[in-house]
Amino acid sequence: MSQELGYLSRCVAAGRLSRREFLGRATALGVSATFANSLLARAAQAEGPVRGGIIKGGIDGGGSTQSLDPATFVTLPGIFGKCWGEYLVALTPDGHLENRLAEEVGSSDDVKIWTFKIRQDVEFHNGKTVTAEDVVATLERHSDEKSKSAALGIMRNIKSLKADGRDVVITLKEPDAELPFLMTDYHLVIQPNGGRDNPAEGISAGPYKVTVNEPGVRHGGERFANFWQADKMGFADQVEIIVINDATSRISALQSGQVHMINKVEPKVVDFVKRVPNLKVEAVSGPGHYVFIMRCDSAPFDNNDLRMALKLAMDRQEMVDKILHGYGTVGNDFPINASYPLFPDDIEQRTFDPDQAKHHYKKSGHSGSILLRTAYSSFPGAVDAAQLYQQSCAKAGITLDVKREPDDGYSAEVWNKKPFCTSFWSGRAIQSQMYATAYLSTAPWNETRFSNERFDKLLTEARAELDENKRKNLYREMAIIVRDEGGTILPMFNQFIDAISDKIGGYGGGRGELMDGGYAFSRCWLTA
Amino acid sequence: MLADGLIRAPMSHIVRLIVQRVSLGVLLLVAVSVLIFAGTQILPGDVAQAILGQSATPESLANLREQLGLNDPAFIRYFRWLGGVVTGDLGTAMSSGQDIATSIKGRLWNTLFLAFWAAVVAVPLAIILGLIAVRYRNGWVDKLISGLALASTSFPEFFIGYVLVYFFAVKYQIFPGISTVYDGMPFGERMQAIMLPAAALTLVVLAHMMRMTRAAILNVMQSAYVETAELKGLSAFAVIRRHAFPNAIAPIINVVMLNLAYLIVGVVVVEVIFVYPGMGQYLVDHVTKRDVPVVQAVGLIFAAVYISLNIIADIAAIVANPRLGHPK
Repeated sequence: MSQELGYLSRCVAAGRLSRREFLGRATALGVSATFANSLLARAAQAEGPVRGGIIKGGIDGGGSTQSLDPATFVTLPGIFGKCWGEYLVALTPDGHLENRLAEEVGSSDDVKIWTFKIRQDVEFHNGKTVTAEDVVATLERHSDEKSKSAALGIMRNIKSLKADGRDVVITLKEPDAELPFLMTDYHLVIQPNGGRDNPAEGISAGPYKVTVNEPGVRHGGERFANFWQADKMGFADQVEIIVINDATSRISALQSGQVHMINKVEPKVVDFVKRVPNLKVEAVSGPGHYVFIMRCDSAPFDNNDLRMALKLAMDRQEMVDKILHGYGTVGNDFPINASYPLFPDDIEQRTFDPDQAKHHYKKSGHSGSILLRTAYSSFPGAVDAAQLYQQSCAKAGITLDVKREPDDGYSAEVWNKKPFCTSFWSGRAIQSQMYATAYLSTAPWNETRFSNERFDKLLTEARAELDENKRKNLYREMAIIVRDEGGTILPMFNQFIDAISDKIGGYGGGRGELMDGGYAFSRCWLTA
Repeated sequence: MLADGLIRAPMSHIVRLIVQRVSLGVLLLVAVSVLIFAGTQILPGDVAQAILGQSATPESLANLREQLGLNDPAFIRYFRWLGGVVTGDLGTAMSSGQDIATSIKGRLWNTLFLAFWAAVVAVPLAIILGLIAVRYRNGWVDKLISGLALASTSFPEFFIGYVLVYFFAVKYQIFPGISTVYDGMPFGERMQAIMLPAAALTLVVLAHMMRMTRAAILNVMQSAYVETAELKGLSAFAVIRRHAFPNAIAPIINVVMLNLAYLIVGVVVVEVIFVYPGMGQYLVDHVTKRDVPVVQAVGLIFAAVYISLNIIADIAAIVANPRLGHPK
């Protein structure tokens, strides 16, 4: 039956059968009209990309203070960066590494020296040809100690960079078997001469050329005629990103057809949006998560029994149900989930256990209340989450005081400074990078002041390990150490929720919003 | 009466008055700039941290601070800026590196454009409704006008905005719900784009002006000369137009100016809902980034708008009412 349906739906897509006839025949085969319609939609997608039109997005996260300099990218310029920028390597929608400007990637046996062979005859928007020197200059700019690049953390392991003909040779201080994944970082847009002349001019080799740049208002691009991969990306004639920071306005703009896709649909309204005809809601699981941070070097959190008590007093399922409205998954107190390669999926899930929490709390010898600081900006619903947590702690006999801090200045004054507070992480490309960013004892953002020799040693080992099975085991051990001894309470991984008009074809996949942080604009097309 | 007053107030007196008011205004502006600067210093967090966000490394923070000159003492930064403003240079934004004067110009123009069209509708409408309310005072027309105007003002701006968007943008799709405007946009499209925000603003400021007009005229209606006018047989509207309105003009001008100022400096919520690229959103963006030069520039412009509109209101009130021109 499914074969026949498939055949019929392809007939409709190819114009040999009318939609009405198809629905009639599908019903005769015992299929509901809804399912038949979705089959049709899929067939239309399978018919392949359509060229032309203007893809418009209504996007949250824009501000008039933003710049096109990739070193300072945050969400919205980052999304636009996926339209005009080109990278050495990128993640495909299904999570594999894809060579972009790098044609071949190779390494020495000890994974200390990496070679990226640069594709020939790729053109920048200004007509210049992409060379290995441009790539080296880009990486140098981001790894310069004087740079203000947010990718500096990634680049710190690089000892030297050089261009050798078409090859870019990267020599590392410590071996790293997963270096290419780090090069997918959205700040590392390859620019002519590394962007040293004018980093904010918006010139790279991506599918669209920047035509409009009004930060905080709108960004626009037109198809770059000499894009090197025109059959895979950049189907629309133009892309337009309209900054809409108000959640309700985003939805109304999509409903009234002023835009084709929006990001950050609020979980509490998703069910209403789903009822709107002609658009669909896409929830994407990614590595983003919300955390309650205890500093392991400050009393009373320097006691692992107390930390354990607080971890066990967290009702994770309640958090996912009430704070994320089901759009997310429970966390297990380590920052990795199934969206990462080599995820250790066999670690026992920690659940809400007031009795055990009570036991550990008593053992810790602590008495009196514990102060948790939070702010609305620390993650969506943070203040509500803190209050729910206060309730579940009470069930375990732990008194929690919740203090609401101002949103303004929270990341400067509270996060990474105060002993117990709420925050969020958007995650990283690979496990070692996430751990190196926030759990390694020497990392500047080691927000929990976690210091464990065994853990640090395992991280170095895992990076140098070429055998994936062995690396997976090392990652597993690290996860267990963080889960049982760390200072992070990680109740939930949040999903990214986009809403897409049915005029958009080719949407799907990726680890972040709008197909991995904005590829939707270049990988999707407008159906007629 | 109005004409008589103008003749009696000597021109030199009015010129002196204007000079006096304007110089007071300038002094006030300087004081405001000091206050704004002090305020931005007290705010927690710093520019570098705010710009780079959570993903900032200590090195990149230090580098950015150095580059932005944040290590100089506050008063040096203040006078450096003040010197620039006097010579017409507002400096560059710390966060985006763009020239402030250039980027503010477009935003200010957008704000003035929206405020202008909202005012063109709202001011005459409010005054006419006020006059009608006085004419039929305490009747059902008066109550209806007052009731509707008060209701529209009592609803929060975002509620009015969303209701307008729901009906006119989503349901009937007459006007766009997103009012993004840009340079080189045809006038007709631009007008269509600002239709809903202008309507929302009109509804928000209507009642204040209308009620004030009504109250001011009703106040005058108690006077003996109005009674005289009525007794000599003038129609109700003629009494209001020729005798009551000119004498009630001072408080009306005051409230109109206050609302004009609001239309320019107080419309952040409407700008956000309709995604209108005006000054309000621009200011908020830069406050959260601790971008002191921009906050100062915008704050100064807002203060200048308020102060100059108030000066205009004062002068107009004095010119309209000769008694105020001769303080004892």
